[in-house]
Amino acid sequence: MLCCTSWEYIYSSSTTPHNSPQNAFVKGNYKKAKALHGRHQSKSNLRSCEQSLIVHIPGEALHLQRANKMQKLAIFRARLWLYRSFSSLSSNPLRVCVVGSGPAGFYTAEKMLKAHQQAQVDIIDRLPTPFGLVSSGVAPDHPETKIVINQFSRVAQHERCSFLGNVTLGSSISLSELRELYHVVVLAYGAESDRSLGIPGENLKGIHSAREFVWWYNGHPDGQNLDPDLKNTDTAVILGQGNVALDVARILLRPTAELATTDIASHALAALEESSIRVVYLVGRRGPAQAACTAKELREVLGIRNLDISIQESDLLLTPADEEELKSNRIHRRVYELLSKAVTSNPKDAGLNKRKLHFVFFRKPVSFLDSKDRPGHVSGVHFEKTVLEVVGPGKQIAIGAGEFEDIKCGMVLKSIGYKSVPVDGLPFDHQKGIVPNDRGRVLCDTSEPSVVEKGLYVCGWLKRGPSGIIATNLHCAEETVSSILEDLDQGELISSSALPKPGKDGLLQLLHDRNVRIVSFSDWEKIDSEEKRLGSSKNKPREKLATWEKLHKAISE
Amino acid sequence: MNMLNSRLARVGASIAKHLYTRNYTSVYRGGYIPRAKYHHFLQPSFQRHSSTELYKGAMIEKRNFLSTTTTNNSTEDGSEKEETISVTFVDKDGEEKHIKVPVGMSMLEAAHENDIELEGACEGSLACSTCHVIVMDVEHYNKLEDPTDEENDMLDLAFGLSETSRLGCQVIAKPELDGIRLAIPAATRNFAVDGYVPKPH
Repeated sequence: MLCCTSWEYIYSSSTTPHNSPQNAFVKGNYKKAKALHGRHQSKSNLRSCEQSLIVHIPGEALHLQRANKMQKLAIFRARLWLYRSFSSLSSNPLRVCVVGSGPAGFYTAEKMLKAHQQAQVDIIDRLPTPFGLVSSGVAPDHPETKIVINQFSRVAQHERCSFLGNVTLGSSISLSELRELYHVVVLAYGAESDRSLGIPGENLKGIHSAREFVWWYNGHPDGQNLDPDLKNTDTAVILGQGNVALDVARILLRPTAELATTDIASHALAALEESSIRVVYLVGRRGPAQAACTAKELREVLGIRNLDISIQESDLLLTPADEEELKSNRIHRRVYELLSKAVTSNPKDAGLNKRKLHFVFFRKPVSFLDSKDRPGHVSGVHFEKTVLEVVGPGKQIAIGAGEFEDIKCGMVLKSIGYKSVPVDGLPFDHQKGIVPNDRGRVLCDTSEPSVVEKGLYVCGWLKRGPSGIIATNLHCAEETVSSILEDLDQGELISSSALPKPGKDGLLQLLHDRNVRIVSFSDWEKIDSEEKRLGSSKNKPREKLATWEKLHKAISE
Repeated sequence: MNMLNSRLARVGASIAKHLYTRNYTSVYRGGYIPRAKYHHFLQPSFQRHSSTELYKGAMIEKRNFLSTTTTNNSTEDGSEKEETISVTFVDKDGEEKHIKVPVGMSMLEAAHENDIELEGACEGSLACSTCHVIVMDVEHYNKLEDPTDEENDMLDLAFGLSETSRLGCQVIAKPELDGIRLAIPAATRNFAVDGYVPKPH
């Protein structure tokens, strides 16, 4: 098996175009083979394969020895091609299903295709559109971050990969059915719910999760009904200071003329153009040395035109514990420096601009205030001041200081973290909000010693929790795929006696019987070109089809 | 006749270079040029890619042409000068690959031209950290211009960051860098060992 995959490398690298994705895939495969079995072993395998080929064809052996190196290699390649065709026809392909087509799903598919030449990878998604949070999470004014879609599209178009949109795990098909159909199921469906604060008044109108708000402005088909009221108030409070909080603040405060040329959903742009929100509070429980954002996003929000920035200078004082923390954390150090710079470079009595952003530190929300004029609507947030307590090396938590303070506002966006949702038959750690796993292998429960769910894996937010950037999933996927390869090697996933798995054919049959309208990648390309066509008339890169109806219509046309 | 062919080839190469350079500056340094940011999104990706391939093809042809005849030398009319430097990439398994990189080309671009596995999620627009490389000797590192704030912002999020880390898309080949050695960090190992996870996006 290994022998065969190594051969393919030699064959393909010399005959496919220099930069073809196929070549890269095969190359990756070769590397993985080496990584697993060691360089020397791989090379000696290769040599012995070559020798055995010569020995088995005695008539040609003499000729081969006399021929020059080039000729020898050419014939060798031809033999390899024959062998390869034969082996791929006769062997039982590895059926892999990836659930979720965001960064974790696509990186998993890419690594899997590279690492295993017999792997057939199907990526399913509950939406008709691929790319997950790259499409519905990344802010519309960050087009460079979305360029990774090019790479993911090449993966989706790979001959051994299929995208099947509009297929929902749990309703279109159950997890146990999927595990029957495929040798390997990798769950990479992320985190589509929100953590809650669990404090009084959390259900008042005007309080949304940042996720819902992001879905709304990014044209997620489940986000358009949010319809946040931006006209009855001039103040919004954002709870949390991570990058999502900063994205949301930027969308609320950035001049709409600058947003108009992005792929922001048109319903969101229209609402923002009429927005009366002028003041935004970004509130964190801890201090500027612990802020969860990164320098890029902070630099961006600090640079918004015609915006006053307000930071309490006294909040910037560092304790020895803070200094210790900053010393070992480059991100926090640079974020702290930016915040300090913002204080010194900002004139104290600014107020020259119509819009203002307050960074508020050391406050934790205690309850939401009900409006007297409009009962049922939020009118403010009741905060308790906090102090930090050292709980471990480089770790401080916020505890209440017994002093309270209100901030009046007509809208609250909670940006305190996403939460994954389990499906039937999936072990789930409710405390951590993740699937218990060992380097991506799903464990039956959290107890020791751990028992592995055979053939079931996780990647991305469902595996490690809702944090990290797109690239984090690259490494996360590498880890999960190497676990899959190890298990394959140990013979855990395919036993020689077992019947072949039906894979995609079986899935298609099942979905057909259930009247599920599958959206293929070429269907998505129809949506894609329609969105681009609609966008071009408005000087936007695309106008997202933001409802299920519009999406289905674009496919059926 | 041969002379004419050679001249024609040179003109072709020069056009190719022109096309290539334009492509390179607008696409790969797109992060700096606001207008170019949306370039990717105005064209369907397959179109853009086929044209990139075309440029690449022209480049490869050109380099072959020059490497057999006029490497590191001006041609007789003096308008055409192609200089390359030697660069060594050390991959995750410690395997070395020696390549020639034309002056002015980024290391990300050079890696992809030479089939070296260096990720480039944002295709060189300074919006990710996936083309992170470690310059293996301080001497060469010091010959590079200091990273900009924007590059540092991305390096913050790179796996296995070291004192001499840079983004491959921001290291541009110049004569002083001849002989530079770049290590591609072994991401999986870092991920597993220190459990380092960048802060939420």
